[in-house]
Amino acid sequence: MNDKPTKNNGLMLVSPSPHMHAPSSVRSIMGDVALALVPAGAASIIFFGLRALVLISVTVAGAILSEKLSRRIMKRPDSTGDLSALVTGLLLAYNLPPSLPVPLAILGSVFAIVVAKQVFGGLGYNPFNPALAARAFLLVSFTGAMTSWSAPLVAQSGDAVTSATPICDAVTSATPLYLVKSALKAGGEIPIEMTAGRALSYFLGMKAGSLGETSALAILLGGAYLLIRRVITWHVPVSFIGSAAIYATIAKAVSPSLQMGPVFHVLTGGMLLGAIFMATDMVTSPSTRKGQLVFGCGCGLLTMAIRTVTSGDYPEGVSFAILVMNAFVPLIDRATRTRPYGEAHG
Amino acid sequence: MKILEKIFQFGNGIKIKGHKESTAGKPLEPLPRPKTIAVSMSQHLGKPAVPCVKPGDKVAKHQKIGDADGFVSAPVHAPFSGTVKAIGETSVASSRRSTAITIEVDPEDVSTDAALSPMPDWRERSPAEIIERIRDAGVVGAGGAGFPTYVKLTPSGNTPVDTVIVNGAECEPYLNADNRTMIEFPRDLYEGASIIKHVLGAKRIVFAIEDNKPKAIETLSRELAGTDCEIAVLPHSYPQGSEKHAIYSVTGREIKTGLLPKDVGCLVENVWTVRTIAAAVVLGEPVVSRTITVTGSAIANPSNFTVPVGAFVDDIVNAAGGFARPPAKAVCGGPMMGFAMPSLHLPVTKTCSGLVFFTEEETFEFAGSPCIGCGRCIEACPMGLMPKDISQAIEADDIIAAEERFVMNCFECGSCAYVCPARRPLVQHNRRAKAIIAAQRKASATPPKKDPR
Repeated sequence: MNDKPTKNNGLMLVSPSPHMHAPSSVRSIMGDVALALVPAGAASIIFFGLRALVLISVTVAGAILSEKLSRRIMKRPDSTGDLSALVTGLLLAYNLPPSLPVPLAILGSVFAIVVAKQVFGGLGYNPFNPALAARAFLLVSFTGAMTSWSAPLVAQSGDAVTSATPICDAVTSATPLYLVKSALKAGGEIPIEMTAGRALSYFLGMKAGSLGETSALAILLGGAYLLIRRVITWHVPVSFIGSAAIYATIAKAVSPSLQMGPVFHVLTGGMLLGAIFMATDMVTSPSTRKGQLVFGCGCGLLTMAIRTVTSGDYPEGVSFAILVMNAFVPLIDRATRTRPYGEAHG
Repeated sequence: MKILEKIFQFGNGIKIKGHKESTAGKPLEPLPRPKTIAVSMSQHLGKPAVPCVKPGDKVAKHQKIGDADGFVSAPVHAPFSGTVKAIGETSVASSRRSTAITIEVDPEDVSTDAALSPMPDWRERSPAEIIERIRDAGVVGAGGAGFPTYVKLTPSGNTPVDTVIVNGAECEPYLNADNRTMIEFPRDLYEGASIIKHVLGAKRIVFAIEDNKPKAIETLSRELAGTDCEIAVLPHSYPQGSEKHAIYSVTGREIKTGLLPKDVGCLVENVWTVRTIAAAVVLGEPVVSRTITVTGSAIANPSNFTVPVGAFVDDIVNAAGGFARPPAKAVCGGPMMGFAMPSLHLPVTKTCSGLVFFTEEETFEFAGSPCIGCGRCIEACPMGLMPKDISQAIEADDIIAAEERFVMNCFECGSCAYVCPARRPLVQHNRRAKAIIAAQRKASATPPKKDPR
């Protein structure tokens, strides 16, 4: 720092107030998010084996290297120290199916950092959540690979959803959301009965799905850590999950034979991962508490709309709901300005 | 004497570690008599005083050495008897450059000026007479802004003032000058507040104190038992001591932009100001000293002092045992709103409530990386502004947008910059925009100049 005083000349450092600062930094926030993602990562390795570790490693490495290289090419200072690329890499991996070929995972991480983030100017300027943008990119470009799901290695025996034997690595299976949607679309009945036992096995993570989304327990542990560390507040997760649960409850009450109810919808797909880790991304969500509630409700309702429209083919709605709501953030921010002290309105 | 039950705590605000432990229990000590002092003519907001002595003159203790110049101004007095050595422009600790009178202090006071007669019978005096006394004694706001107190007491407008708030919130970290004043002079404070109440015809006296000063609360409760005053115990939340926020916390009243506390029936005075009012009226003493906390990790023996106005920072540091570690930054006032001093040989003024010395490791830079949209500045801003948006507008040189987003309502408490994890210079941006807008308004108020082309 060149504005610090040289020693022994009696001159003091002069700068405008304040002369104190809270200890938190962008790096500490991103570090906390990465730490909060550890339980979900551990669960993915338990449920999907080393394959999960490989995917996590390549997306993290891909994201950090892409960040380093693109900053260098743009002649901007290196920004990997803020750990946001690490978080993007982790989140991308958690949004991928376990059987995804490694090159596609790497491609996704490059897209997330270069196209979804650095092209816009880097951290703070990206309108869309980079990991989700990359997931959407992979999904439309490589639909087959992105919708081919593996059964978890640890599965409840006799489970119609995950009839895999735990010894082999890549038994294909279907996600609960896919099973329900395809059955209903074919005009059949609901194929899954939501018993307490099934809810518990879903809660623990014994179902097919993306790497980091299957274990509600692991995600909630991370979420609790983020709340305690005040990295996130309750507003987005509660309004997201709450509005989706209310939607599901009403839908179930209206047509019990075609609807799964709130427990199923909260515990399946990316609902918890999305509500706690993706929709709370500071850059791509509103800054005011009021705005965050609007944003969370929008995410929850859109998710449920996508999931329950049976004429559509796509069974999961979380990532697209968040991406759509990302686009509305500037509008929400504008509509939810605070009222300054002494003024009639903002 | 009762504890106010209902507190209207303002939203927002921030929790800052107090760092008050090292001096909370230290009594106010008189500063050892300095050899030389430099008394600034600008001890206050408004026009500087005009020197009424000349080099070589002998001055008596309490003698007026600077005349008030206009309505918003205040006279200045000599703290000691001595000889005027020089009159010239100098920097002062609280960052205002102004004319100062350098006085060589006599080893002991040889004469005392008694131009201001004691008024122990102030209850029988008219408000106008008391206001005149407060003006002549050079009483100014000791909380930091230094607004001449008599101006605040002079009647104007139609709303009667019903509530006198004695501000002992002292929300700035590190400082204990106000805390000690409340612990050591509870009866003086009550008398000073009663004088204000008498002058304004107010109904209530409320002491506003943050809950991190239990000893002050206990002392006032005990010493003022049986009186009609109230104590508002306010939650520890910066900037609780801001005039607007103290008023809101105590009364729930909000001041519309452009109006003054008296428009909502309130008057707020810092505790030391109240004590100087008591001394000026009851004893006929002009303001020639103030309380100061000398602290920070660079200081060997953090202390509280009563220092003469015009004492040099380096003399005060020596009285606090000098430096235990090399200081890198010296702050006059509190660390949230105080001024960084370029050197230590600067005289203090009536508005300097603290001297805080930071070591090299405690200094930091506002690096100003892009906003990540965390919204903490919005949660922190006690004025309900959205600092992140204002700051981005200013970065884009869009001063109009900053003005539309009420940047002029910012009183620069620094909460936004304090919490920003991206270390953006948020309040610094606001200052810049405010200066530009103020200059524009001034320019448009004067007739436009002819285009030189």
